[in-house]
Amino acid sequence: MNINLTIIGQAIAFFIFVVFCMKYVWPPLTSALAERKKKIADGLDAAERAERDLKLAQEKATDNLRESKEQAAAIIEQANKRANQIVDEAKEQAREEANRVKAAAEAEIEQEINQAKEALRAQVAALALAGAEKILEASVDEKAHAQLVEKLAAEL
Amino acid sequence: MASGTVTSSEYIAHHLTNLTFGNHPVNGLGFAHSAQEAAEMGFWAINVDTMFWSIALGLAFVWFFRKVAKSATSDVPGGAQNFVETIIEFIDDNVKSIFHYKNALIAPLALTIFVWIFLMNTMDLVPVDWIPFLAAEMGIHFMKVVPTTDVNATAGMALSVFALILYYSIKQKGLGGFLAELSFQPLGKWLLPFNLFLEVVGLLAKPVSLALRLFGNMYAGEMIFILIALLPFWAQWILSVPWAIFHILVITLQAFIFMVLTIVYLAMAHEDH
Repeated sequence: MNINLTIIGQAIAFFIFVVFCMKYVWPPLTSALAERKKKIADGLDAAERAERDLKLAQEKATDNLRESKEQAAAIIEQANKRANQIVDEAKEQAREEANRVKAAAEAEIEQEINQAKEALRAQVAALALAGAEKILEASVDEKAHAQLVEKLAAEL
Repeated sequence: MASGTVTSSEYIAHHLTNLTFGNHPVNGLGFAHSAQEAAEMGFWAINVDTMFWSIALGLAFVWFFRKVAKSATSDVPGGAQNFVETIIEFIDDNVKSIFHYKNALIAPLALTIFVWIFLMNTMDLVPVDWIPFLAAEMGIHFMKVVPTTDVNATAGMALSVFALILYYSIKQKGLGGFLAELSFQPLGKWLLPFNLFLEVVGLLAKPVSLALRLFGNMYAGEMIFILIALLPFWAQWILSVPWAIFHILVITLQAFIFMVLTIVYLAMAHEDH
């Protein structure tokens, strides 16, 4: 229980250990700790950012999908309308064509009827004249009766 | 255990005597053969066992921590690094909560104090006869294995802390500021002598209390282990086991108290009034 040199020896040893600790033990360990803290914080940040990005991407994808669905619907709608229009146009054209054909045919028929009438009239006139000649057995003055015969033929 | 010819008091005295090397006025340079001879050597003697164990434990501490510090990574830490980091963070938290100034010395100082004192205290848990017996076999008569039961060891550290207190007091406040702090508090300048007396006593009480608290606790604990060792060998465990378990708390607590008080005293030294 004597106070002796040990007290100084102990103080020297203490001093050396503290200095060693301060120079070679404490700094590397605390810097490793700080670095790890930073790494963890960065990692958490990155994770959060990624999550946000993912959310944004999902929203964008949903938007895109909705948009393309709308577009597709519009296109189909348009196509339907166009198809109906084409059908209508075709109907219209067909109707017009039919009318035209019908009109041409009618005109031709008219013309033929007229021709037939004309021919018939001429034949009737000749026939009537021949008939009258035979009936009268007399030479009829063709010139004097031509007017009469013409009149008859026109009446037929 | 003591042989049959040794009385209890001799056994206790033997276990409480350091291995002292010095210059004896009669026997000359050499190891003291009794506590009385050690006392007669005066101040210029050294307790070889205290120095040996404290330095060995200190070296074990810095070797282990340096080894971990060298390979410290910020990636996934291994077992040893994890362990060391736990201690570092514990110390760092304590320092940060008490000491609010910028000083690169305080945290390593606190770490050294805590771990070193803890290791020295832990020697108390080694059964009291093992190492002295081995030492006796090797021809070394005295061997006190717990450095903190030597008042020289605790006082050595306490005085170092005291030197730091004085150094930082003067460095932070200037010599005049420090003296003013001692003179003009707590009762104003008209009671200067009284203030000075009070403050100087308070200042000196810091290292004394640091040294004696640690020494007293460890000495008393060691003494009880020695007394328990006097019981018959088959009965010792009844007392020594509970006492050792309780002592785990004491050795940690004493190391912690020494560290915290050091931080507090140094924080007070930095404080400017």
